[in-house]
Amino acid sequence: MMETMTKTPLKDNSTEDVKYKLVAENISASYDGIIAVKNVSMKFRDKAVTALIGPSGCGKTTFLRCLNRMHELTKNATLTGRVLLDGEDLYSNKVDPIINRRKIGMVFQKPNPFPTMSIYDNVACGLKLNGVKDKKIIDEVVEGCLKMASLWNEVKGDLKKPGMSLSGGQQQRLCIARALAIQPEVLLMDEPASALDPIATQKIEEMIQELKKEYTIIIVTHNMQQATRISDYTGFMYLGDLVEFGETKQIFENPRNEITAKYVQGQFG
Amino acid sequence: MITVEQRAEFRKHFRYNVGRRLVLDKVVKCIVFLCVVVAVVPLVAILVNVFSNGAAALSWNFLTEIPGAVGSNDLGGIGPAIQGTLVLIGLSSLIGVPVGVMGGIFLSEYGNNKYGRTVRFFNDVLAEFPTIVIGVFTFILIVLTVGGFSVWAGSFALSIVMLPIVMRTTEESLKLVPVTYREAGYALGIRRWRVVFTIVLSGAKSGLVTGILLSVARIAGETAPLVFTILGSSQFIQGLDGPIDALPLRIWRLSSLPYDSSVTQGWGAAFVLIILVLSINIGVRYLFLRRKGQTLLKFKRLGSMS
Repeated sequence: MMETMTKTPLKDNSTEDVKYKLVAENISASYDGIIAVKNVSMKFRDKAVTALIGPSGCGKTTFLRCLNRMHELTKNATLTGRVLLDGEDLYSNKVDPIINRRKIGMVFQKPNPFPTMSIYDNVACGLKLNGVKDKKIIDEVVEGCLKMASLWNEVKGDLKKPGMSLSGGQQQRLCIARALAIQPEVLLMDEPASALDPIATQKIEEMIQELKKEYTIIIVTHNMQQATRISDYTGFMYLGDLVEFGETKQIFENPRNEITAKYVQGQFG
Repeated sequence: MITVEQRAEFRKHFRYNVGRRLVLDKVVKCIVFLCVVVAVVPLVAILVNVFSNGAAALSWNFLTEIPGAVGSNDLGGIGPAIQGTLVLIGLSSLIGVPVGVMGGIFLSEYGNNKYGRTVRFFNDVLAEFPTIVIGVFTFILIVLTVGGFSVWAGSFALSIVMLPIVMRTTEESLKLVPVTYREAGYALGIRRWRVVFTIVLSGAKSGLVTGILLSVARIAGETAPLVFTILGSSQFIQGLDGPIDALPLRIWRLSSLPYDSSVTQGWGAAFVLIILVLSINIGVRYLFLRRKGQTLLKFKRLGSMS
């Protein structure tokens, strides 16, 4: 616990109104015999954006996938540690991983709308396949989520068109709408803008600022400028370790660790 | 690092013989083209041959009537055989397609272990089985036990013939669906079986349909297993527990008769069988893959615009 405290220079003890939505404790993860994450502990605040940065292969994505139990679907994956969502351990035997994936939405690096489904069905399928039958509610959610993903105005006349007919940036926003449709409380984003052009990226970043008011957002990014633009907190990972974690401003302007300093100054990466 | 001198040295090793390359390119193209011709010629030859030999037999009566007595002037038709083949295809698919698709799902989604490998191996062996063995097996298992030739026995035998084909093509086409779609499904909190049955299966639809159609075409032409199971008949279907006729059986019977008119009828029946399989193929593709065809059309339109 002490280690967690020192690694998280947030005002743990000062105020009661600080609320941690998601807490990862001593997460170690490996796949195919490669240890990707080494004993990482992090606390994620509610209604804030936390960015995970670090060079390729530092374990950011693997760590992110541990947070909604997607990591265990990887071949030969192992994992130790705990992840608490509102104080409840996701990895406890009593908890169904499926229910938690509904509370923790995920957006992937490459846009992956379901190829055989229309724009409407892509957003609606999370509801339909989770048992929602009321057509009115589904309609409402689809419209609402497409609006939140700022895609509604571009597609409202073409909801029956295949999701794959959209441009890359639109597809990614469709995937975000799809993730939002199951009404998650936490949104995990794995480099959501890395495959997109600057304008599409900007749209997604604006959207994240908007979504932050309601969600706990954790975003993996390669792009340090992006981290400074959109995140409130930043964690720097290197070779599977969480090297430094703090307010974004502090990490980029006044890093305490030498490796962090070198990385944010662009000396390696 | 590679030095400038090294780079110049490396470049010397590339061959810039453009003329030779262009010729080689054309030669390869010709070989490919020739092979296609070699493959297509027999196909066309068979079609032309079957049609020209059997055209004389084709008529409405030929398609709808029961066969006449052997050697008599009234040749009759192949109505029962067409009906029998359709019934057999339907019933065998009813058994073979669900079991085969489920088996393919097992192999692709849950079969990455010892059991999966064992099942896959024996499934491949089954696909290579001489179908007459399957006929004899069904004869002993069903015909002898029940005490008679029946539609059921024939469907059972044919479904065993189609099973390994459906299973293997299902597995292969499911494996082609990228893991990212599965992950997107899991991330939405959708249960594994639902992800498989809705997202993965619909992504693999065209491969799946092709596999099923291949197996249907295969069983539509099977003769050996039918000799031991449905026996053949010159009447329309009496019931699922009785014998019926089938086109391959009828073709075989007709062509081994010593009358020219019967042989012509045999050719006619063969032509009917080819057309039947072809129309099932086109019909099923139209029904299940329509949407894909539409997007293809759209692509073409977009292409012609630019």
